Amino acid sequence: MNAVGLNITWIIFMPILVIIIGLFYLGAARKITARIQNRYGPPIYQNIIDVIKLFSKKNPTNHGVMFSLGPVMAFSGMLISLLFIPIGNKALLSFNGDIIVLLYLLVIAPLGMALGVGEGGNPMGTIGIARALTLMLGYEVVLVISIISVILYTGSASFMEIIKMQSGGVGHWFIWPLFLSALAMDMALQGMLGEKPFDQPVAPHEVASGPMVEFGGKYLGLLQLYHAIGIVVETGIFVNLFLGGGTLFWWFVKSFAVFFVALLINAVMPRFRIGQAFAFFWTYPAAIGLIGLILVAILK
Amino acid sequence: MTKAKPPKGLKGWAQGRSLWMLHFCTGCGAIEMPPTMTSRYDMERFGITPMATPRQADLLLITGYLTVKTLKRVIRSYEQMPEPKYVVGFGSCTVNGGMYWDSYNTIKRLDLYLPIDLYIAGCMPRPEAIIDGFTELIEGIKKGKFDGWIRYKENLEYYKRNQAMVMDIRKWSLDAELAERIWNEVQEERRKRFERATVKHVYELAERIPEGLPK
Ligand code: SF4
Repeated sequence: MNAVGLNITWIIFMPILVIIIGLFYLGAARKITARIQNRYGPPIYQNIIDVIKLFSKKNPTNHGVMFSLGPVMAFSGMLISLLFIPIGNKALLSFNGDIIVLLYLLVIAPLGMALGVGEGGNPMGTIGIARALTLMLGYEVVLVISIISVILYTGSASFMEIIKMQSGGVGHWFIWPLFLSALAMDMALQGMLGEKPFDQPVAPHEVASGPMVEFGGKYLGLLQLYHAIGIVVETGIFVNLFLGGGTLFWWFVKSFAVFFVALLINAVMPRFRIGQAFAFFWTYPAAIGLIGLILVAILK
Repeated sequence: MTKAKPPKGLKGWAQGRSLWMLHFCTGCGAIEMPPTMTSRYDMERFGITPMATPRQADLLLITGYLTVKTLKRVIRSYEQMPEPKYVVGFGSCTVNGGMYWDSYNTIKRLDLYLPIDLYIAGCMPRPEAIIDGFTELIEGIKKGKFDGWIRYKENLEYYKRNQAMVMDIRKWSLDAELAERIWNEVQEERRKRFERATVKHVYELAERIPEGLPK
């Protein structure tokens, strides 16, 4: 009975916790980027203020039903993906094959955005979402290759099992035996997070913040929350597969460390053209991932 | 109908601490914006960030002189912003025309066309002055002092009439019917004044001719 009660609390509490921590990640990102650029930077809770402000705005423009459903779909798609990510050794949904289900669910969010943007009818938004989907085509291949090599290595497609196999200290983490796959996945992660060499979809100077161009007020607020969850989910995949999960505290520390690496690259890199980004994903990271996969297949 | 009020309390505080700015860099004063945004003066520490589109912005910053053509774009952008929204006029040009006081194609007083919440005077204002203006704006917003968008809605007819004096306001305005009506009125008025002027001119000429004729 007690365990059931605990589970229910966790179900309600976890998304809120993840959203707040994700917003703090975004705030920290702004602060760290500012420090790297020799600025003082906004307070670390700035993104929480932004979200409060966005939700208190009055009558933002609405272009139709699908326009308002788009952000909702993106947000809820990310929320569903969150159920499959074990946080602090606790997954709400866990079975053999949940990694593969997660790969499918991750696509819901950009597609929801695409529907909403389509109704908005702004050419900037259309270019942005076309770039986002092209980029996705690039990094998904790398992501799948490195996930397959983990599945091949462990013989299991369940996050919980993989985490269990990595228990017992730093030496047992899969980042050591599967170093090449981890490297490829980290490159793909840079694209998933939309950090600098791969921030073509939202480039403010080229396409006026891309898919978000028509969204304002509460719609933009929802998209901010979606972004906050997205960071935790995407870094969470890496933490669970290669860095051995961990208790609640250590899980978030590891996930922030992964995000921090992405941030540092973000702060010093210029932006690729979309064609260059696509070509990059299908050459170096894909090659590294494939070599990793072949090594796993041979040495196993 | 209850009167609309600017936000206060938590909403007002959040609004003040997170101002997203659409900077309409029309005039030369815009050159002071990059130093204000970058390392030396860094206005992001107040939560002020530039935004790319009016849909996401709270603050319309007009940096300097506006030609009649640009004014139309500015007003269209302003009307697309979600409420609450604020306008800051930046530089002497927005106050009284500045050094373009006798120019034939710039507007002289911005507050005839848009509800200004705050002016930052100077030609051009230094980054310190800009930061000072922004801190005052932030404090004012937190207390619910600025209510430009409410004034704009209440006095829409006044603003639209002024706008119609310098440009075509049909087809894109906030209240299309009102805009159409005001536009027609202004045109009518103008035609009459022109007619009157021409008729008077002809009479004057006719009177003058006999005197001018050689004896
Ligand atoms: S106020 Fe001075 S600096 Fe600013 S736009 Fe006018 S002339 Fe240029």
